[in-house]
Amino acid sequence: MTVEASPAPLGRSAFQRFIGGYGQEIVVFLSIVFLFIVVGAINPRFLSDTNINSIFAGNAYIAVAAIGMSMIIIAGHIDVSVGALIGVIATIAGTLAVSGYPVWVAWTVPVLFSIVVNGLVGALVAYTRIPSIVVTLGMLSILKGGLISATAGAWISDMPPEFMIAQMRPFGIPSAVYFMVILTIIASLFIRYTDFGRSIYAVGGNMEAARAAGINPERTVVGVFALHGFFAGIAGILFATQLQVIQSTVPPNLELTVITASVIGGVSILGGTGTVIGSTLAAILFACIGSALIFLNVSAYWLRAVLGLMILATVLADMARRRRAK
Amino acid sequence: MGSGTQNSDSAGGDGATSGFLPIELRAVSKSFAGIKVVSNVSFDIRPGEVHALMGENGAGKSTMIKIMAGLHQADEGDILVNGKVVKFASPKDAHAAGIATVHQELLLFPELTVAENIFLGQTPKTAMGLIDWQAMRVRARDLLNSLDSHDLDIDQKVASLSVGNRQRIEIARALAQDARVLIMDEPTAALAEADVQRLMAIVRNLCARGVAIVYVSHRMPEIFALANRVTVLRDGQHVATKPVSEVDEAKLVSMMVGRSIDRLYPPKQGENGNVALELRKVSFGKVVRDISFSLRYGEILGLAGLVGSGRTETALTIFGITPPTSGDILVDGKPQVISSPEAARDLGIAYVPEDRGQQGLIKAQSIEDNIALANLRRLMRGIFVDAARVTEEARKAITRFGIRARGPEQLVRQLSGGNQQKVVLGKWLATNPRILIMDEPTRGIDVGAKAEIHQLMRKLAGEGMAILMISSELPEVLGMSDRVLVMGGGRVVAEFDKAHATAEAVGAEMTRSDARDAA
Repeated sequence: MTVEASPAPLGRSAFQRFIGGYGQEIVVFLSIVFLFIVVGAINPRFLSDTNINSIFAGNAYIAVAAIGMSMIIIAGHIDVSVGALIGVIATIAGTLAVSGYPVWVAWTVPVLFSIVVNGLVGALVAYTRIPSIVVTLGMLSILKGGLISATAGAWISDMPPEFMIAQMRPFGIPSAVYFMVILTIIASLFIRYTDFGRSIYAVGGNMEAARAAGINPERTVVGVFALHGFFAGIAGILFATQLQVIQSTVPPNLELTVITASVIGGVSILGGTGTVIGSTLAAILFACIGSALIFLNVSAYWLRAVLGLMILATVLADMARRRRAK
Repeated sequence: MGSGTQNSDSAGGDGATSGFLPIELRAVSKSFAGIKVVSNVSFDIRPGEVHALMGENGAGKSTMIKIMAGLHQADEGDILVNGKVVKFASPKDAHAAGIATVHQELLLFPELTVAENIFLGQTPKTAMGLIDWQAMRVRARDLLNSLDSHDLDIDQKVASLSVGNRQRIEIARALAQDARVLIMDEPTAALAEADVQRLMAIVRNLCARGVAIVYVSHRMPEIFALANRVTVLRDGQHVATKPVSEVDEAKLVSMMVGRSIDRLYPPKQGENGNVALELRKVSFGKVVRDISFSLRYGEILGLAGLVGSGRTETALTIFGITPPTSGDILVDGKPQVISSPEAARDLGIAYVPEDRGQQGLIKAQSIEDNIALANLRRLMRGIFVDAARVTEEARKAITRFGIRARGPEQLVRQLSGGNQQKVVLGKWLATNPRILIMDEPTRGIDVGAKAEIHQLMRKLAGEGMAILMISSELPEVLGMSDRVLVMGGGRVVAEFDKAHATAEAVGAEMTRSDARDAA
């Protein structure tokens, strides 16, 4: 960008702003690069096509869900029901697909369902002022209980091949990766360059200030939950179509993985700051760590512990930064 | 600015002139939960003037500001902008009408940059309707430069900025909205002196551009330095709107409190009783040195001195927080070892600390919870707190101290500063102390609430309580004390009885002791 006839600099240089605005994202990105180099050197099979494909494609749905989760947390809220919701979406989609509905119905109906459900959750959070953790805990139980009661945990299989969108490979790359990359880019541009996107930051940063700036915080919260519903819906479809069977139960601990991706990606749990690029990178980082543990012959159960340590370290760093700022 | 062409009272907004007025209020009223907080208030704001809005805490200033800013809607009356009646359903409507507010609590987004804070809600857009960050940064730079704030980094997050800088951002924000009226709510309350001067320069700069300022402040020097006209509110009623040239400080105060100031300090009631508290050569390290004095029941003893002269430290030693390293403390003539605040409390000593916000109150809790806190042991029945007695205790405090509240269940943070102070008093006096130490009892509260606290102190002394008052305000020391001790360098350097305690004499001792301490 050029600014003519301005002898004194406007503010910071583009480079300084990039470092300042994307500090955590850069750290996560460098961690991924570091992991590839180190683990690849120890065990070159880590860098094989198959493994890289499985790292990216197998975890893309987590990254997609984390986009919406990041927006929710930036807005100062949280959703602990996202794992259950993804389970329900996958089950609905699979059931529609095996029941002979057209593929596009099996894809879009669950996404619309997800948007409506989360929009209602958002309305409840915004207008009753019940903390979102309470509302979504309730939602978690409803979805989980409802799902198990309705399906008795039955497996869904024999879905038509044209339904399996996550397994398609346009130009040799798994379609789940396209979803992850394209949705991350669109969401990034959206929260950076639109009024609604910025109002998410405003509401999460200081709700009263947002109101005074002419933003309607309630509407923003409903909107952000509905958007989160959209991303959770896509994540649910990817999850449903990546394997040959859908186990119609709730994927365990999925919501924690998604929230962890947002937080490690640089979204402050206190709201008001963060990006969706960070959460996508963090989701990729988890997948790398999980895979690296296998290639280094370490029990994969350590993944949880490693994630736990990372989340604590990230939150501590965020707190320290905020205290310094004061 | 010689704004003498208009009539001086507020009723003069007839159609011919009001066409140019950026805002005019006509008979505005507003109630909350059935309590009328603003009643029939009318005034107008003229382009380029500084219009001071004054009144005690709770007089309705904040409500008026919020009505003008679109945060509250008036129940009755009209708001006119350029002579046309408008309705502000939200702050957005007020912005559109050219009215912006610099809030006391500075409504900013700590995690966003300076530039975005200035423009959020009305960001410049590209042809595609997307936010134009570069244009936003350029305009932010220009705006801040026009406020002589070349030093502010537009790409910095607001979280790390000082209060003065944050305030300049809010002002820039108002200018970005092309505001014709800027409402400033106690803008200097949290500023350092250098920032105050800078702010006043900015205010003058804005007026020269034709922006009208509604300036809310308790600080008289600022009012007289800046304002063209002043509107005074009292108990939600409009007292008067006058050119500043027609009033002086005494007149403003009497308009605000509705009584003249010479009655602010109530006379002594009753006679002194026996000696309640006696200190004999009490020391604590090097901060309290050889203090000896006695305090009688029914007496108010003022402890004057500069900040750091050892007054608060002496109080802490008496109250057992820093027990004396040598010397004796006698209560009712008997030597006592006061090794903890609990011991002091058991001897009937109460201490109302200086910093109420931090040490005195839990603002998110109700009046009754706060009052109960200091007395939990007394309010127990078995292992439970007796809720009925807690409420009763709070009711008593509300009537006894004249706390203006809806009831015992109201949250303390919703009360005005003066009423919060009364809750602190209620809390400590519920322990039924006989000796009360008050550290800066009226700091930071407005003139009317001050008078009420003073009357309360006199009443308590009249009932036989012994009061030791620490105050940095000389008029308060002189007006309230039956006797004055002056401290300096940790010692008592002088003592005056009421008749001899003049401002000159006490002031001279305070400063002399300072010089001696430095030597």
